[in-house]
Amino acid sequence: MKTIVRIPCVTTTSISNMAACAELPAGGFVFENCQRNKFLESQGYKVPKAYKTGTTICGLVYKDGIVLGADTRATEDTIVADKNCAKIHYISSNIYCCGAGTAADTEMTTQLISSELELHRLNTGRQPRVCTANRLLKQMLFRYHGYIGAALVLGGVDSTGPHLYSIWPHGSTDKLPFVTMGSGSLAAMATFEDRYKADLSRDEAMKLVRDAICAGIFNDLGSGSNVDLCVITKDKVDYIRPYEEANKKGVRQGKYRYDRGTTVVISSEVKKVELEVIDTEVRAVPMET
Amino acid sequence: MEAMAMMPYQQEQTNHIERPIQHRFSPYDFNGGTVLAIAGEDFAVIASDTRLMTGFSILARDVPKTTQYTTNTVVGSCGFHGDVLTLTKVIQTRLKMFTYLHQKEMDTSSVAAMLSTVLYYRRFFPYYVYNIVAGIDTEGKGCVYSFDPVGSYERETYRAGGSASSMLQPLLDNQIGMKNQEGAKQVPLAKAKAVALVKDVFTSAAERDIHTGDAVCIHVITKQGTTKETYPLRRD
Repeated sequence: MKTIVRIPCVTTTSISNMAACAELPAGGFVFENCQRNKFLESQGYKVPKAYKTGTTICGLVYKDGIVLGADTRATEDTIVADKNCAKIHYISSNIYCCGAGTAADTEMTTQLISSELELHRLNTGRQPRVCTANRLLKQMLFRYHGYIGAALVLGGVDSTGPHLYSIWPHGSTDKLPFVTMGSGSLAAMATFEDRYKADLSRDEAMKLVRDAICAGIFNDLGSGSNVDLCVITKDKVDYIRPYEEANKKGVRQGKYRYDRGTTVVISSEVKKVELEVIDTEVRAVPMET
Repeated sequence: MEAMAMMPYQQEQTNHIERPIQHRFSPYDFNGGTVLAIAGEDFAVIASDTRLMTGFSILARDVPKTTQYTTNTVVGSCGFHGDVLTLTKVIQTRLKMFTYLHQKEMDTSSVAAMLSTVLYYRRFFPYYVYNIVAGIDTEGKGCVYSFDPVGSYERETYRAGGSASSMLQPLLDNQIGMKNQEGAKQVPLAKAKAVALVKDVFTSAAERDIHTGDAVCIHVITKQGTTKETYPLRRD
C-alpha cells in the first residue's frame, strides 16, 4: 500500500528559513554495517588491517602558549609503513592537534572538525576557541562509541589563553597542563613527570617536549624516526618539521646498480598513437635586432 | 507494503551467539631477533642483530643471538629467548660429552644433524627457536644449515631467519642467488663483499622492521678460526 507523505516546507531563499526546514542529523549510533561485517567475516573475507600509528605524541602548556610534539613513524602491525609521516594536524590557524591510533581515523576526524570549525568561524566572526574544537571532537567520537580509533592531543591559544586537551577514542577528554598519548605515552609521561614545572620558557619547553618524544622513539618500538614540534603562541605558530632527525639511515656499503639488460624483456610492441589536431595557431615572433 | 528482500546476513542474525573465551597461560613469548648466514667458497658469514624485545618494549640492546659452539661452527638462534638459552646449554653439553668421548671436536654437518634430533625430541612441546648453523665443512668449504622449530633442516648457500627474514630473504635471492637477473654471472662471493652485503641488508631491515635494530654482530668463519665484528644500527 503506497502512502504519500507531505513534508511542510516554506519555500523561501533566506538562509535562516532554509535551516528551519533542513533535516537535523539523526543522533545516536549507526550499527548498520556491523551485521554486514560479521557476515562477510563468516564467509572468509579477511578484515582489512588498519594502519596504526603506534605513536608517541605529547603537549604541554608553557609561559607564552602551547608546545606540541610527535614522532614520525607509522606502523602496519610490526612493519614500518611510513618513516616520516606528519602527526600534527591543522585544525585552525591557532589550534593544532596531534593524533595517535588508527591513521585514517586521526586524519579524517581532524580534517572534518577543522572544516566544521572554519564554518563556525565564518558564522560567528570570531577566532575559534580550543574548547569548541574539543567539544566537536568529543561529541563525534562518543557518537561512534570508540569504533573510531583516534586518540588526540589538542592544543591551541585563543582569546581566553592557552589550552591543552587529551581526547580518548570513546569520547572522554582531560584538560591538563601536560599530556601524552600513544604506545610511547608511558615513556614520554615519565619524562614530563620528572621535569615539568609551570611557566617554562620557550626553549626549556621545546627541549622538554623533544626529550619526551625521544624517550618514546628510543624506548618504544611503535615510535621512531624524527621529532616534529609545533609551538603555538597568541601571535604566531611555528610548525617545525622536522625539529630533529633523531635517526639517520646507515650508509650503504656496496653498489647495487643493475647493468642494462638485467630485466628480462619478454615481448615488445610498437603501436602508433593516433593524434588529433585540435587547434592550429600562427604566432608572429618579433625578429631579434 | 512491499517486503524488502532479506539479505543473507540478516537471516543469520539470531544464529550468532558470542561464546565465552577462556584465557590460557602461554609458555612462549616472542623476543625478536633476525639471523642471517651466507656460505662462501672457503668461508662462512653469520650475523644477528643484538636487540632483545618483548611486545613494544626493548629489554636489552646488546644481546647477540649467535653462539660459537666449536672453532669452526657458529649457530644463530632467535625466537623465544628462554628456549634459546636452554637449547644453547643442551647443545654445548652434548658437544662437551662428544669431545671428551672422541677426543676431537664435532664437525659442522654433525652439529647440524645433532641439533635436528635435539629439536625433534621436543616435537610436542617445541623449542620456539629458529636456528641457523654456519661453519666450515670437512672439505674446507663454507656451509649453512637452516632449521625450523621442530628440527627440519637443509643445507643452503644463504638463509635469513627471524623477524625480518621475509624482508631479507628476497634481497639475498637477488644478490647472492642472482635470481631474476638476465645474463648475470654467478661469481664466487668474496669475503669483504659478503660482509658489506650483510651490513647493508641489516641496515634495510632496521628501517622497516620494528624488532630489528641497535647493532649487528657479524662472525666470519674460516679454516683458521672465527673473527667477530659489531656494526651499529638504528636504535629507535
